[in-house]
Amino acid sequence: MRQRVWAAVVFGLVLAVVASRAAVLVTGAGATFPYPIYSKWFDEFHKRFSDLQINYQSIGSGGGIRQVLDGTIDFGATDGPMTDEQLASAKIPILHLPTVLGAVVPTFNLPGIERLRFTPEALAAIFLGKVTKWDDPAIAEANPGVKLPSQALVPVHRSDGSGTTYIFTDYLSKVSPEWQKTVGRNTSVNWPVGLGGKGNEGVAGLVKQTPNSIGYVELIYALQNKLPYGDVRNRAGKFVQASLDSVTAAAAGAENIPDDFRVSITDAPAATAYPIASFTWLLVPTRIADADKGAALKKFLEWMLSDGQSLAPPLNYAPLPPALVTRERQALSKITVGG
Amino acid sequence: MEALGAIGVRREAKLPVRPRRVGDFLLRTGSLGLALSVLAITATIATVLFVQSRQARVAFGWPFLWTSVWDPVALRFGALPFIYGTVMTTFLALAIAVPVGLGAAICLAELLPLRIADGLTFLIELLVAVPSVVYGLVGVFVLVPAMRGLETTIQGALGFIPLFSGPIYGVGLLTASVLLAVMVVPFIIAVSREVLLAVPETQREAALALGATRWEMVRHVVLPYARAGILGSIFLALARALGETMAVTMVIGNRPEVSASLFAPAYTMAAVLANEFTEATDDVYLSALVEVALVLFAITVVVNGIARLLIGRVPRPGAANT
Repeated sequence: MRQRVWAAVVFGLVLAVVASRAAVLVTGAGATFPYPIYSKWFDEFHKRFSDLQINYQSIGSGGGIRQVLDGTIDFGATDGPMTDEQLASAKIPILHLPTVLGAVVPTFNLPGIERLRFTPEALAAIFLGKVTKWDDPAIAEANPGVKLPSQALVPVHRSDGSGTTYIFTDYLSKVSPEWQKTVGRNTSVNWPVGLGGKGNEGVAGLVKQTPNSIGYVELIYALQNKLPYGDVRNRAGKFVQASLDSVTAAAAGAENIPDDFRVSITDAPAATAYPIASFTWLLVPTRIADADKGAALKKFLEWMLSDGQSLAPPLNYAPLPPALVTRERQALSKITVGG
Repeated sequence: MEALGAIGVRREAKLPVRPRRVGDFLLRTGSLGLALSVLAITATIATVLFVQSRQARVAFGWPFLWTSVWDPVALRFGALPFIYGTVMTTFLALAIAVPVGLGAAICLAELLPLRIADGLTFLIELLVAVPSVVYGLVGVFVLVPAMRGLETTIQGALGFIPLFSGPIYGVGLLTASVLLAVMVVPFIIAVSREVLLAVPETQREAALALGATRWEMVRHVVLPYARAGILGSIFLALARALGETMAVTMVIGNRPEVSASLFAPAYTMAAVLANEFTEATDDVYLSALVEVALVLFAITVVVNGIARLLIGRVPRPGAANT
């Protein structure tokens, strides 16, 4: 009996050693919003290069930033770019690499109305609590021919900290000076009005359950659950419906994307751009001591920027515009491996 | 084998007590270690919360407890709305759950035939095991619309009282309290029934022999005898209500505001932790959340302390006999 146990233990150890030799394990953690596409990518990548494995935990952007700063993971991921102070506190400079794009759409519950148009001013006024009824001129003037009820409007927002809220409040901060001054942008903010729902499903649930409500959810969530959502007027003055194309157009039309890729592309100027869109980023240290891990991570980043991009649209993520991909591939040379 | 031998010796009690064996030693140190681990875990939680909340404690001081601003952008934090929400929902939930739970327990223990009561108790124990997210879902789809109707009716009749004023969303403080009550009632019923059943039959017979009615018997004999256990069940329910997170956050509206109205959306400490912890990128922000956890921990300690004191004052059933 005892001998058998020992044999099993030895066998297990041998197996563990063999397994650890065979595969290079890279660990990352962070944003939850891109988790479906990331896990698809890491899975596909492992199928192609069976000796390389990437383990990703979607613990939230905050955790991703903290852990990559502490050096407890090989790379992080975030929905909102790191601040200058956070970057300055890093022992090894950290590179932001946009991976895909996300968008946020206003969804609503108005019996009999499937499609609405929103001006930036109306959205800001609704979530500031200045517009309290659906038939307020701020909404009605953009929707000629739609019979809006004279009912109290119930705004719904995310209660959990999220990249979705960051994108939405970043947009409102850009289009409304008052929003910028009184509320600002963050993963959670001090909402002037409204109910809070946990997660996209929480917001969608509250909107569905509450007549005359309006909330905001990720485009992907709205598409998958076939929620009604409104067009938003962009900076060029066009009402644009959110779609993968109009979101990618927002990135393509963004002006002055800096070399560190930390840029907000909400309220983009292009005529076809959907205005409430954003990148999501991987956070990669520019010096990776472990040569095997560094090589594996670099290989993945190369692959993600080429073949990987084509996996994004089937999962309803908008892919990066080609010009940006070229710039990012050049940026990969900043990552030094080993030593 | 040695341990068993030692117990055997003790039970027979014929032989003189032998010198302590290895088994005794292991049992003693082992169980002591396990007992101390409870202390260690509690101390660790308290220490970690205290140390990690240092930044927020320094920045906001005691006013953290009575400030109601929660602004992650300007990095100004106060926990009052969350403390209020937690205390109010727990209080209201128990105000609903205790009479209902106790009544049901008395019915199951004293009135119904044993076979039916056992069947019902089995169902109630099933309810204890239902995950809170399921309660939350049922809350969102069933309770919220129902509460919206009920609140509209109440407001029509009593809207002039501030408690029932303001806009009606369906989600809010009262809805969360009702859902919490539903969640904790099974604890009260299941434990109280066991305690009531443990009251010796002789006590009941004595009361009946003295000419007591069934109600008088329950009221003056069974309930006082079982009081400590019933209080225990209520405190178990209280602990669950204080710490409940998922179901509450789904129906409370998550609005950090202290409002006079029971219909208004509110927020609890456990809910804000679950909601904001993952994406709190700023150090002060994270530290403020940890301080909320520290406050919740302190409130739990105080409440449990009061519970201990109350139970301590109630004579134990054994003492009643002597």
